[in-house]
Amino acid sequence: MRGELLLCEANTVLKCVQEDGSNRGAYGKLICTNFKIAFLGDESASDDNEPEFKNKIIGENDITLHCVDHIYGVYDEKKKSLSGQLKKYPEKLIIYCKDLRVFHFCLRYTKEEEVKRIVSGIVHHSQTPKLLKRLFLFSYAIAAPTNTETQSQTVMFDAIKDWREELERTKGNMKYKVLSANEAYKVSEKLPLYFVVPMSLSEESILQYQGRGIPIWCWSCHNGASLLKMSAFPKEQEDNTSQMHKIFLDGVYKTINKPPYEVLKTDDLSSSLPSLQDIQAAYTRFKQLFLIDNSTDFWDTDVKWFSLLESTNWLEIVRRCLKKAIEVVEYLEGQNTNVLLIEENASDLCCVISSLVQVMMDSHYRTKFGFQSLIQKEWVMGGHCFLDRCNHLRQSDKEEAPVFLLFLDCVWQLVQQYPPAFEFTETYLTVLSDSLYIPIFSTFFFNSPHQKDTNVSGEGHNAQSSHFRFLTVWDWSVQFEPKAQVLLNNPLYVEKPKLDKSQRKTTRFKHQRQLSLPLTQTKSSPKRGFFREETDHFIKNILGKRISKLINSSDELHNNFTEFYDSWHCKPVDFHGLLLPHIEGPGIKVWAQRYLRWIPEAQLLGGGTVATATKILDVIEEVQSLQKKMDEKHSLTVPQSREALPMLRNSARLSSLFPFALLQRHSLKPVLPTSTWKDLEDEDDLAKRDDEFVDLSEVI
Amino acid sequence: LYGHKIFCKPLGSPLKSSSEHYLLVVLDFCQALRDGNKLAQMEEAPLFPGESIKAIAKDVMYICPFMGAVSGTLTVTDFKMYFKNVERDPHFVLDVPLGVISRVEKIGVQSHGDNSCGIEIVCKDMRNLRLAYKQEEQSRLEIFENLVTQAFPLSNGLVSTEMRRGLPASVCRLLESWLISHLNLRHSQTGEDSCSVLSWIHPESQATITRCSQPLVGPNDKRCKEDEKYLQTIMDANAQSHKLIIFDARQNSVADTNKAKGGGYENESAYPNAELVFLEIHNIHVMRESLRKLKEIVYPSIDEARWLSNVDSTHWLEYIRMLLAGAVRIADKIESGKTSVVVHCSDGWDRTAQLTSLAMLMLDSYYRTIKGFEALIEKEWISFGHRFAMRVGHGDDDHADADRSPIFLQFLDCVWQMTKQFPAAFEFNELFLITILDHLYSCLFGTFLYNCEQERLKEEISTKTVSLWSYINSQLDEFANPFYVNYENHVLYPVASLNHLELWVNYYVRWNPRMRPQMPIHQNLKELLAIRAELQKKVEDLQHEAATRSISSSSDRGSSPSHSATPVRTSV
Repeated sequence: MRGELLLCEANTVLKCVQEDGSNRGAYGKLICTNFKIAFLGDESASDDNEPEFKNKIIGENDITLHCVDHIYGVYDEKKKSLSGQLKKYPEKLIIYCKDLRVFHFCLRYTKEEEVKRIVSGIVHHSQTPKLLKRLFLFSYAIAAPTNTETQSQTVMFDAIKDWREELERTKGNMKYKVLSANEAYKVSEKLPLYFVVPMSLSEESILQYQGRGIPIWCWSCHNGASLLKMSAFPKEQEDNTSQMHKIFLDGVYKTINKPPYEVLKTDDLSSSLPSLQDIQAAYTRFKQLFLIDNSTDFWDTDVKWFSLLESTNWLEIVRRCLKKAIEVVEYLEGQNTNVLLIEENASDLCCVISSLVQVMMDSHYRTKFGFQSLIQKEWVMGGHCFLDRCNHLRQSDKEEAPVFLLFLDCVWQLVQQYPPAFEFTETYLTVLSDSLYIPIFSTFFFNSPHQKDTNVSGEGHNAQSSHFRFLTVWDWSVQFEPKAQVLLNNPLYVEKPKLDKSQRKTTRFKHQRQLSLPLTQTKSSPKRGFFREETDHFIKNILGKRISKLINSSDELHNNFTEFYDSWHCKPVDFHGLLLPHIEGPGIKVWAQRYLRWIPEAQLLGGGTVATATKILDVIEEVQSLQKKMDEKHSLTVPQSREALPMLRNSARLSSLFPFALLQRHSLKPVLPTSTWKDLEDEDDLAKRDDEFVDLSEVI
Repeated sequence: LYGHKIFCKPLGSPLKSSSEHYLLVVLDFCQALRDGNKLAQMEEAPLFPGESIKAIAKDVMYICPFMGAVSGTLTVTDFKMYFKNVERDPHFVLDVPLGVISRVEKIGVQSHGDNSCGIEIVCKDMRNLRLAYKQEEQSRLEIFENLVTQAFPLSNGLVSTEMRRGLPASVCRLLESWLISHLNLRHSQTGEDSCSVLSWIHPESQATITRCSQPLVGPNDKRCKEDEKYLQTIMDANAQSHKLIIFDARQNSVADTNKAKGGGYENESAYPNAELVFLEIHNIHVMRESLRKLKEIVYPSIDEARWLSNVDSTHWLEYIRMLLAGAVRIADKIESGKTSVVVHCSDGWDRTAQLTSLAMLMLDSYYRTIKGFEALIEKEWISFGHRFAMRVGHGDDDHADADRSPIFLQFLDCVWQMTKQFPAAFEFNELFLITILDHLYSCLFGTFLYNCEQERLKEEISTKTVSLWSYINSQLDEFANPFYVNYENHVLYPVASLNHLELWVNYYVRWNPRMRPQMPIHQNLKELLAIRAELQKKVEDLQHEAATRSISSSSDRGSSPSHSATPVRTSV
């Protein structure tokens, strides 16, 4: 690749295949460049074995330096973490990747000199702190200038017109205005060049505290209620300053809490959601469940699976974010209230919640370009510190937190609950999460638009640097061929229809009738209050304690939130309207495609969601060809051309890990659990009993 | 018009003679079932033909754990309990077949001077219902008594009259002849007590699955010549392998205990070339306890923060995993090892039935069709004498009976797990499995009544009752999986790993209104299939038209797309 430099290499390295715990593998060369660590097999894979879904940038055996999570060395069967200066060199290198791949490289047959060079090279280039300017991003951009600016439908929000159009689209332009006060980043280095604020706010007050304490517009609801965010003032020691801040804030609130603005509800996310440290700790525990060394590891984890999963707390954090987003939706939609999200820099959990709310409320953001625009608006322009949160420069572990991944996980929950509502697939989300670690796209490699702009034009005064332009991740053709890009689009997505509500309703009712034979109605009554009174009366006068207890416990839940949530769930889903996720225990699931995709034991031949996707594509294709035939009218002369879809033919033996099944299992033998049976402490008694009390002595 | 009676009431005698007439009755009955839910406005319960009302009470409160108390009219018939409130929009209806009821209890009411009364109804389908009413009038007095007598006819002496919902188990002999004629295979029989039956044979390797009960070895490892000879016959029948694997479903330790009582397991020295494998699956009591715990965590409310560890603590999915893992091992031995297997547990109709039928589902795509699955249940469960009446407790009020166990439910759960893992491999959908479970308890059909074929013959089940399969087959469209692709000759190996298993929420938690599934993509695909069918028809019409116009080219018709395209199931 352009700008890529070979740093070190080693020959006769054995790449171990995890399967069956055997020592099978392939010999080849292990190299380390300023971009990636790569294994080049001696035997070039035969062409028919070529993976169908191929990333053009990152091959099957490539690991970008930013994708390396941990490196372990094996010394006499013992695993030790490798970092810094090494005194002894291991016989085996294990690399854990951030996309959860695990590589085992055996160095036993490699020359000692080469071992030293490659191991220290890999450790050095992937683990030690780096300067921003040394990122491969710059080498690549300089070496491979891309002057052709591709017109994309993704709105980048780097021009004033983008914001104006967004205001117009959401009909927020009556009460909010775009400010260009931050041109050349004069006001704040955290804020983007352009941002939107309430019209009635004076310019003077906006400039006062570098953008802190200013409500910044995110999005407007159809009823006029808006979602706003604000960077809080840091906690001050001096009474004086904090007093001044307080007065300033009171003034701001006063301005936007009166007509034409709706009533304001503020929510301090730093107190109502888990901290970044909690998120990082949970994810660290969570990913450990999927970084599997071998089959034994897998089955050992499996025995305690549910408890382990719960103890990581990751799914609980996902649930809390979704719940918070539903709360915000309830204020906006149900109570016609403006919501102001507050966080210290308004660039972490603010991004998660505000983008989730917008995905749930605005079907535009459920299209591919809409979703990409949303990430541009809330995350890239919103100043989410991708560089620090991903720890791309390895400068500080303390700042690391998978906030963006948390957002993608939340969106995945919505996608798996309402697949027809999204134009993109879970595969899209998975490859997007992988793109976080590919340093040729600028999208996820800066802390703020200011940082990006100053690094492009600021320092270098020579003619050369003004030339280069970074690639954006939204240009998917850089990573994937068109036939692979097909898998990013949901074939069942129907664009916003003009008139077909009646049809949807009927199908929905039919479905409801099917699902439970003994009919129970679910629609909650609008007269709930009446019934509650009736219940109270009933308890007092008629019933005993046992019954009243039951009623009370279920009554506690009836606040605004649950009422809104429940009544929404009783109605048929409009895939182009408001979408609320199920957040009860069973509703939140593990994003299997992302987390389990490299584990051979987790593979199902002929199963998984790919089986249904294949069927859908098959039928769509057939319908299309039939339609074509109809159009051509002269049916008999049309040759029977059943054009095969590029990669989904003959699906019966596709693995459920498709399109990521790179670790191919060689045998068709089933995987069998090897873990031993857990003892049943309390049920020993039952376990020893017979199924039946057949007296065998009688029949003998 | 037909005067047909259901739920085990005798049908009119002319019906027995005329099978055509019987078919009409069945179809008519299925129609009545489908229409049943449509009867709207009235407060009274819609009745099936032959059903009669036993008691009606107005102003009864149903205390719903999700929406609070609802008042309405309660009707008890000889088939169901029906509660309706017409003031709500839409009407609130509770329609519970009496067969679902496991226990009816009066709740102690603290006296406030009123004669009020509460009833708690514990159901077999994962819910409890609470009703409350004032006990002033005479008619209401009858509710509780009627409910109890109608729900538990066995325990209330109603058996002799009409409601024969199952009789106490008598030792039954398995009707092997049925199986033999069904499979058209040769087979030999050993002693009376350890019956062995051939369940499945591999079409190519001739490797077989044979099921039986535990061998009668006894504490001194007494050798049983018949057993040994029999196993040798099985081995000889398979030319490809000279080994035989015996899968004992039980835990090794428990099998040892059984030995002391005269049962036991094969001594490998007595059976050369045979390998004994214990699958370490727990017994019916452990499973019953596990389901009880499961009910506790899903009904009425869910503790969402501790959901996963709660599921873990029931062990339910671990047992599912063990069963699937066992069945995968059996299927693998047959498929890759080309070796015949013998499967048994203590008795041969619980775990054995679960394991053999799951292995057959994995091995043979026929059983993954709707008709094939019905045949599988008829063969491996009903004919082979799974004691449905005893395990479910049809019509019996002894809710604490140690013989009850959710063995069949557990099997269907395993099947559901397989359909989740292979969403395109099964012709039937989730509703099919749920419907089977609903009618396992409802006693509306004769399919799951009694403990064995002998009893069913004696009670003339086949003429006096309608089969569940008639009902299902009369509306296959409802139960068809639109994603179905026939994976012919493909062996399916589910992954028996907990991270691939999930709780069957649409069954176990279906009473919780928050757990209603979203509209699945099935609906979209069904619409798509309908469009395809329509287009196919149009193309066909066009072709037909063209063909009649140009007679010369009529020989091309063999290649018309309607022939190559797969049949569309959406057409009724």
